[in-house]
Amino acid sequence: MAHQVRLTLDALQSLIDELQSREYIVIGPKIENRKVVYDEIAKIDDLPAGWSDEQEAATYRLHKTGSPALFDITHSMNAWIHHLYPSKATLLKASRENSGFTVERMKEAPPKYALFGIRPCDLEAMKKYDRILLKDTFHDEIYKNRREKTFIISANCTRPSGTCFCASMDSGPKATSGYDLALTEIIRDGDHYFIADIGSESAQELINKIPQAEASADDIAYANSLIEKAREQMGRTLNTGNLKEILYKNYENTHWDTVGDRCLTCGNCTLVCPTCFCTTIQDYTDLTGSNVERIRQWDSCYNNEFSYIHGGSVRTSSYARYRHWLMHKLATYHDQFDTSGCVGCGRCITWCPAAIDITEEASAIRQHSITV
Amino acid sequence: MAKKRKPKLAVWKFASCDGCQLSLLDCEDELLAITDHIEIAYFPEATRAVVKGPYDLSLVEGSITTPHDAERVHQVRRSSKFLVTIGACATAGGIQALRNFKDVNTYITAVYPTPQFIETLNKSTPIADHVFVDFQLRGCPISKFQLLELFNAYLNGRKPNIPQYSVCIECKRKGTTCVMVAQGIPCLGPVTQAGCDAICPSFERGCYGCFGPKETPNTHSLAERFHVLGEKEDDIVRFFRGYNSYAEPFQRESIAHEKKSQV
Repeated sequence: MAHQVRLTLDALQSLIDELQSREYIVIGPKIENRKVVYDEIAKIDDLPAGWSDEQEAATYRLHKTGSPALFDITHSMNAWIHHLYPSKATLLKASRENSGFTVERMKEAPPKYALFGIRPCDLEAMKKYDRILLKDTFHDEIYKNRREKTFIISANCTRPSGTCFCASMDSGPKATSGYDLALTEIIRDGDHYFIADIGSESAQELINKIPQAEASADDIAYANSLIEKAREQMGRTLNTGNLKEILYKNYENTHWDTVGDRCLTCGNCTLVCPTCFCTTIQDYTDLTGSNVERIRQWDSCYNNEFSYIHGGSVRTSSYARYRHWLMHKLATYHDQFDTSGCVGCGRCITWCPAAIDITEEASAIRQHSITV
Repeated sequence: MAKKRKPKLAVWKFASCDGCQLSLLDCEDELLAITDHIEIAYFPEATRAVVKGPYDLSLVEGSITTPHDAERVHQVRRSSKFLVTIGACATAGGIQALRNFKDVNTYITAVYPTPQFIETLNKSTPIADHVFVDFQLRGCPISKFQLLELFNAYLNGRKPNIPQYSVCIECKRKGTTCVMVAQGIPCLGPVTQAGCDAICPSFERGCYGCFGPKETPNTHSLAERFHVLGEKEDDIVRFFRGYNSYAEPFQRESIAHEKKSQV
């Protein structure tokens, strides 16, 4: 059984120091130009203490709360994917030589990341990535090498944002597995501390190096009560009951037209989604034609070219592209990977410039379901 | 081994500011490498030396605004094997296409002391309205990287990797926080073609739509969102009346809001 310790703010700084002494690049939330980004932090003061976010469809605003809380911002636009599955990567280089050519596969020295404060929903998303990109039959080299080195310090949510619905997707607000450490932030009676759940041997070894105390039963119960409160305060809900079957029956539902009228096919939802993984691969020659680079970049199923096959694109209308995406998240992902393609982080709702809400659209299809 | 003849390049100018032609000279580091593979045969902006046509590759900048140019563009086409329009003027009529929404004579009489000397067309139109165009590079100005990619693809007989998706894709790949969602700044990014590497949003400005409409742009839905952000009808007209005002999707959207603003 995992055991839990109580850490002070200073201990958290020691934790960062220890990670750095082990050559980890510590990545955490911080404020840059009045925006929250998920990037390298050096000390605990880099974390967005006293900042909170308000998220609604097509709206993200930061404000100061005056609270000393480090983890009051639910999550930023960018998930951990930027670090483990980079948006642009050179896969190989080839050059022409006399009568033939040589191919050099790119091998990177993978950066060693410690992801600090990642949310349970994002952790669940990473498990889906693992399932897809770390198969025995296929694994993605870049993701695998980076992922294996990654140390994960999750932060349980004690305050959901307005677009969160992880409780509906069974992927939060508490991290259940897959972390090295899971923190719950507590501010009580003038005390500010963290209950840390130890999830791995390397985490235990780290914890032994820093000041800590055994967490009391009361502390653990209080931490759980905060998480439970967050579960009840979810900004959104999604009824997943029989949803896959309902969606499959409703390919021709006229409601897709309604949402298609609003959809910008800009691709934002896919590129903020922590379970989207599509990429496109292009070859770039140089002027001589003797050298070529094969470059992989994030792609989106909302791009017309994404569904291009001989003769044209399969999904040219916006409704077809929206339907394809929603169907993948909530239905076909189940058939492909035996899990949902949605973790309820709500990013697609917040960052859609047209304020399209996946929970509303799924429930509209359910409501207007074609009965067969 | 016999050396392959270098393809001859011509750079032509119609109504424009020359900024896109300058993008070629801006390829400073790569310019010498380009001349290793391409003969710059006609490029008055850079050199008075002229090599006679026909030309293998023509870059055409600018829009058609005079009867004289409407004739000349046919000569350019006749002397070009592969014709590529460069920039918003050549591909959409440019900023000068704002005249297309009014009667040009009102401008002529307001601007010139002796309007009878001015011979101009009522509309500023893209090159493709006049002659067949093989490929188009968007932007105001064009991207140096896309220009290099064009040369590269042309020399190697492949299709240029020039995406037609939205500017949003570039923002998200870079990790640039959305200015519209996080700051409430109206941004044309969701309906504008990528290619600039999302410069303006990277500096906390909304996209101005320099690269023109993306594939399947939903301008109507975006304009609805601009309303929610507090923009009025005539503001929305101005958003869509930039460098690509005459590109059909932007043109239609601005006209729709102009009509509403006059009600």
